Amino acid sequence: MNTTISAAEAMQQTKEMLTASGQRRKNVDRMMTVVIWFCFALALAPLVSLLWTVLGNGIGRMSIDFLTLSMRNVFPGDPGGGIYHAIVGTLIITGFAALISVPVGVLTAIYLVEYGRGPLARAVTFFVDVMTGIPSIVAGLFVVALFTLILGPGARIGVMGAVALSVLMIPVVVRSSEEMLKLVPNELREASYALGVPKWLTILRVVLRTSVAGLTTGVLLAVARVIGETAPLLIAVGVTDSFNVNPFDGRMMTLPVFAYREYSQGNAPCREGDLGCVTDIAFQNAWGAALTLIAIVMLLNIVGRLVNRWFAPKLR
Amino acid sequence: MTITDSPPSGEAPPGPRGRVVRRRASGDTERGFSRIFRWIATGAGALILAVLAAVALFLIARGWPAITATPAELADSVPRYPDDTSLVAYVGPLVFGTLLAAVLALLLATPVGMGIALFISHYAPRRLAQGLGYLVDLLAAIPSVIYGLWGFLVLAPVLKPVWFWLGENASWFPLFAGKVSATGKSIATVAVVLAVMVLPIITAVSREVFLQTPKLHEEAALALGATRWEMVRTAVLPFGRSGVISAAMLGLGRALGETMAVLMILSPGFTYSLHLLEAGNHQTIAAYIANDFPEASGLAVNTLIATGLALFVITLAVNMLARWIVARRKEFSGAN
Repeated sequence: MNTTISAAEAMQQTKEMLTASGQRRKNVDRMMTVVIWFCFALALAPLVSLLWTVLGNGIGRMSIDFLTLSMRNVFPGDPGGGIYHAIVGTLIITGFAALISVPVGVLTAIYLVEYGRGPLARAVTFFVDVMTGIPSIVAGLFVVALFTLILGPGARIGVMGAVALSVLMIPVVVRSSEEMLKLVPNELREASYALGVPKWLTILRVVLRTSVAGLTTGVLLAVARVIGETAPLLIAVGVTDSFNVNPFDGRMMTLPVFAYREYSQGNAPCREGDLGCVTDIAFQNAWGAALTLIAIVMLLNIVGRLVNRWFAPKLR
Repeated sequence: MTITDSPPSGEAPPGPRGRVVRRRASGDTERGFSRIFRWIATGAGALILAVLAAVALFLIARGWPAITATPAELADSVPRYPDDTSLVAYVGPLVFGTLLAAVLALLLATPVGMGIALFISHYAPRRLAQGLGYLVDLLAAIPSVIYGLWGFLVLAPVLKPVWFWLGENASWFPLFAGKVSATGKSIATVAVVLAVMVLPIITAVSREVFLQTPKLHEEAALALGATRWEMVRTAVLPFGRSGVISAAMLGLGRALGETMAVLMILSPGFTYSLHLLEAGNHQTIAAYIANDFPEASGLAVNTLIATGLALFVITLAVNMLARWIVARRKEFSGAN
């Protein structure tokens, strides 16, 4: 917050610095400008390289078959099969996670902005922030510990994954919704109260309606953040090669877990002269799934930002 | 804070003390559904605290059998468990590996992250600054499994010559000693990938603080004839110091819990080795759990959950410390 040195010392330092040789100061300034531009370039390099690699490696595997078939009865090295089961699994599990997180997250944000004061509100604010730092694997372990208590050991169902993801998603939704609700001008609330509207209706019909664009953005970005989570799904939902749309029964496949599974299978053992066998098909599958996943994440990010830009009420 | 109070009366007028208390307690102005709605909203807030408590409780409850088991029992049921080792001695190298990877990542990422934050707040052309900020945020949007793929298949081959060069020319330095991994599946590569992954959060938080530097301080520095770097050094950096510290801590929290990138890149081992360029020496808690969990059963599950508990405690401590620092300057957090 403040400099730790006293004002007199600071003045002394500044004086010394300003009376130092001019050329050296200019050189240092120029050098630091270069260094700082370089830092930025250093951050862009992995981003560009990563997107380029995913696109370059994934595009070759893309086809209608790849997007509409599952991996059922596909042998190692067989270039058939696809990621349909993983796409559906990802959408279902993330959808359920959003279904849990959005009401809890938005209501908590309402509590913090409209009602919150005193120790409970302070505790909630603090621990929501702390919760953003929970490692995803711990969320997965928690869900396994919880559900295997009820369903017996070895239980792996889609809902477990959804609960794990919502543990990770709720704090993100709370924080972004809180920011959005704070932007609603008090005059709107006061006007509503002046008309005799009770507080809960004011919140539902005035506050939420004003901020709905911002809330949507927050939710979409939160979904984009958890849709790529791998570790909790790997331990809580497991893997399968078949198509499964029932999140309450049986294992489900998801895109990130699919990418990891194919990656960990490595090169397929192909017999010499077997033309139907592609050695690195597993890696190709992994890249294809990665490309699909990145496309979904980027889409969510872009739509999220556009929603806010287009539909947000003009407050200023 | 700009929170509206209960509708008609606003803050209770300064009256007799008992009256104020009574009004608060009975909630005079709230009738019917308003009161129920308040309960629902408060319940949602309390639910979050309950979830966090539940995470801790369930991890303790399910990890307890492993914590209380004798070394012999553990050696029987946990694969690759060495004989005559207590659970603490077994988890020790994992904790060491986790901390080592995260701290290395942080050492690499913090200076770069500060540089990027300064670039966006003070150096980039004004009109581009926000767009460039989004670009850095995109790094946070990329799923970790893709970082793993990329780190193993693209980055490791790129870094390998660098590690070999370091191994040849700097092996007198203890960290670079030992046999350089031929595959690049060493903790040094992991640290670089983790550094890329935590860059966005470090950048986002430091950027917010740097932007809050009082304009008058900056202008005063410039008016005294300071160059731009001197202005940054004398006005912006001292102002942002605590913010940068907490940004680094938040980054540390992320790096500690990162699973997939480590799991896919690192070739694991259970030692206290400081040889960063050697493969097969280190493993992190998160990657260990993700690797062994799918095949584990019985006491092995409890052991994994107990290791997870260790990770939870470490990250919780780091995050609470970071939040405590950041809470002194409120407006930002990792989630926005």
